[in-house]
Formats: sequence, C-alpha cells, structure tokens
Amino acid sequence: MNVQKIKDGLVIDHIRAGTGLHIFNWLKLDKVPFSVALIMNVPSGQMGKKDIIKIDNLIDIDYSVLGFIDPNITVNVVEDEHVTRKITLTLPERVENVIKCRNPRCITSSETGTAHVFHLVDRKRAEYACAYCDELYRAGIGEFL
Amino acid sequence: MLKGRHLIEPGDLSIEELERLFDLACDIMAKPETYSEVCRGRILATLFFEPSTRTRLSFEAAMLRLGGSTLGFAEPGASSTSKGESLSDTIRTVSSYADVIAMRNPKEGAALLASQSSSVPVINAGDGGHHHPTQTLTDLLTIRSIKGKTTGLTIGLCGDLKFGRTVHSLAKAMSRYPRNRFVLISPPELEIPDYIISRVFKPAGVQYTQVRRIEEAIGDLDILYMTRVQKERFFNEQDYVRLKDSYILDAEKMRLARNDLCVLHPLPRVNEIATEVDSDPRAAYFKQVKYGMFVRMALIAELLGVSGWKVAAPSVAKEGKKK
Repeated sequence: MNVQKIKDGLVIDHIRAGTGLHIFNWLKLDKVPFSVALIMNVPSGQMGKKDIIKIDNLIDIDYSVLGFIDPNITVNVVEDEHVTRKITLTLPERVENVIKCRNPRCITSSETGTAHVFHLVDRKRAEYACAYCDELYRAGIGEFL
Repeated sequence: MLKGRHLIEPGDLSIEELERLFDLACDIMAKPETYSEVCRGRILATLFFEPSTRTRLSFEAAMLRLGGSTLGFAEPGASSTSKGESLSDTIRTVSSYADVIAMRNPKEGAALLASQSSSVPVINAGDGGHHHPTQTLTDLLTIRSIKGKTTGLTIGLCGDLKFGRTVHSLAKAMSRYPRNRFVLISPPELEIPDYIISRVFKPAGVQYTQVRRIEEAIGDLDILYMTRVQKERFFNEQDYVRLKDSYILDAEKMRLARNDLCVLHPLPRVNEIATEVDSDPRAAYFKQVKYGMFVRMALIAELLGVSGWKVAAPSVAKEGKKK
C-alpha cells in the first residue's frame, strides 16, 4: 500500500492496532481541508501490527492527551519532506476534561460545569485518580471520551 | 501557621502542623479561659447538606467556646441548593457572610470543590464516604493524650474495615508515624481494601496482621478502634443479620486485654460495644468526643489566625517525619 510522502506535516506512528480511528476522530481529521491518511494493521516488528496516521500539515496537537491515550505513540515532525524531530510521549501528570469521572457519588456528577480533573497516581500501572473523589481509572483509549 | 488554609483531607497537614495543632488543643484544654474570647466577632458557618448532629454540634460548641458565633443549616432542604443552586454559588455567597465554613455534603469531593469557590477557610466535616479529617484529628489527639505518644503502638481496627472511612483515615494517619503496627479484625466480607495495604502499609513498611476474632488479638493491643457494621452497606438484610453481632466487645473480652488498653469508637455505636464496657477505665470513646471539640477549637483558631500560639512543635514531631 502506497501513501505519498508528506511535505510538511506529522506522522503519528506506533499506534496500537485498532485504536487509530479513535485518535483520527479525536483530532477531527475527517473535517480538515488538507490530505490525511489513516493506515490500519500495518505490519510492525515491535508490535506485530500497528496503526499510522499521516497528516499533510503541521497542526497543533495536545501531546499530553495523546500521551494519556497511549504513551507508546511516537510523532515524527516532517519539514520539507525530512523528519526533523521525533516526539516521544509520556503519561501526563494531570489531564483535564479528557475523561469523565463515572462515580455517581462524585461531586462532578451533580455540579455541572465542573472540570473533570485527574492526577497520575501510579505511572507503572498507568493509573489516574479523580481529583475530587479519588476514583481510579486506567489511562488509555478505554476511558477516552 | 494554618491561617487562611482549607482542611479537606487529613494529609493536608504535615506531621509538624498536626503536632502544633495538638499542642494548642492541649493548651486550650488546660486553660480554656485564655481562649474564650479569641474568636469574638468571627462567624463559623455550618453547612450540613446531610444530617449529623454530633459533628455539627461539636463544631458549633467549639466556635461558641472561642467566643465566636455560628450560622448555617442542618439539612439540605433548608439550603438554596434545594432550589437548584450550585454548590459553588452557595459557597461564594456564604463566604461573604462567614469567616470560616464547616461543611458536610454527601457527594465525594464536595469539600474540595467548595474550597475552590470560597474566599474563607473551608473545613471538610465529611464528604460522603470519602474524607472526614476532623474525626481523624480527634482520634489522633485522643491517642496522643491517653497514650502519651503516637509512635510504636499496636492498633487493632475492628468491625467494618471495608467501608469505614474513619478506619481508612486512621490507618493512613498512624502509618505516617514510625513503628506503629496494625491488627485488622474483621469478617472476610468486610476486610480492609487492598489499596490501604498496597499503597499505605507496604510503602511505609508498616507491619500488619489480619485476624477474624477479637479474642485472638485483644491481649496484644495498645489501642482497639471499634467500628459499627452499618446496615446500609449491605445488599441484603440476611448478610447484615449474620455479621452484625460478630464483633461485639463485652466485659468478658475486655478481661483478655491489657490494663493499659485504650478502646476508641468514632460513635454513634449500636451494639458493637456492650454498655457494661462503658464503666471500664479503658473505655475512652466518650473522652474522644470531648477531645474532638477541643481539636476543632484549635483548628478554627489556627485557620483564623487568632490563637496567638507560638510554641514550637515538640520532639515527637521530628520523630514522625515518615510519609
């Protein structure tokens, strides 16, 4: 499968196979006027299979949210057809309004307009706690809105 | 100084700040007349979105004994949230009237949210099953006053260790002090949550054992912290009936205990401590109520910056830096 080279843009690589579409939708790439490509189930030595997103434009991405979805993702910045920078992601210390606390006893369930804030409490287990009720959530696409 | 701060969870205060607060509470106990006017002209708002006679009266008594005044409500129907007002708006309004707020709300995290909208200190008087920091302060002051220390103690936690927030808070608080060990006495259905063991005991190197019967452990204990097995925690009444009498402390079991055992209970009790134990000098749960009022007096005075207390924390504070 051939996808043409991009001139100035981003390549989001090492996306866990099957989750590329969620990221594609989160970035609202279905509505952009420039070329984008979502390639799924690409053979990978490390991962077996992976998804890749190519974006023919240097758009702003909230890398902390991308890191929350999957810290193993890498982003290559392409300028004038050359990779000029590789961005590796990590789990962010804090995320806001990325996931929603589902604890019905949490104040965020009844107080409308309250930001859903989560703090990283266990990097190894990728666990986040609701800032209000301490309910635990695992980072990743499963919790992603 | 705690002036202007909020108290949302027990961990908001360092060991040094706790010790300073307890020293102040002891000074208030010894010389109440010195503090009887320090809050003159100040107002405590007690906002109780769910009923709690004991805690609300303790806060109000504390403020009145400091010479201050109180206002507020004792049930949600009396507040404007029943008309659909947000908690944030209620707090913004009340913090224009009062100098300090004590709030109980059934929603977890409500106190933290309130503190974000308040221009005056907010004291969490219980946010659902989440935190109840002034109960923890009460427990710590009681232990410190009766045992003379908060380190190197064997503490038995008995009853509902799964849902009891006072137990979880006490376990966390006493794990911050060195050389304390725990004996966890509960039925399998009501064992302490795994996270207390994996995130509190193990990282702090705290020793603990789990037993099923009070008799197995009572002879080794310095402190026995009894809790109520609450009916509302069970999905069916059969389970409740089967377990509710399993962990009753009576005179017969007290005979197996040491002479210097200290029996605590956050109250109210139902039948988990037989009334015959009340006259035992080792029963400290009613003294605990009084310590609760004094520690709330110390807390209010400190948050308002009116205590005038300048004594440095004693050496026990330095011993307990472990977190």
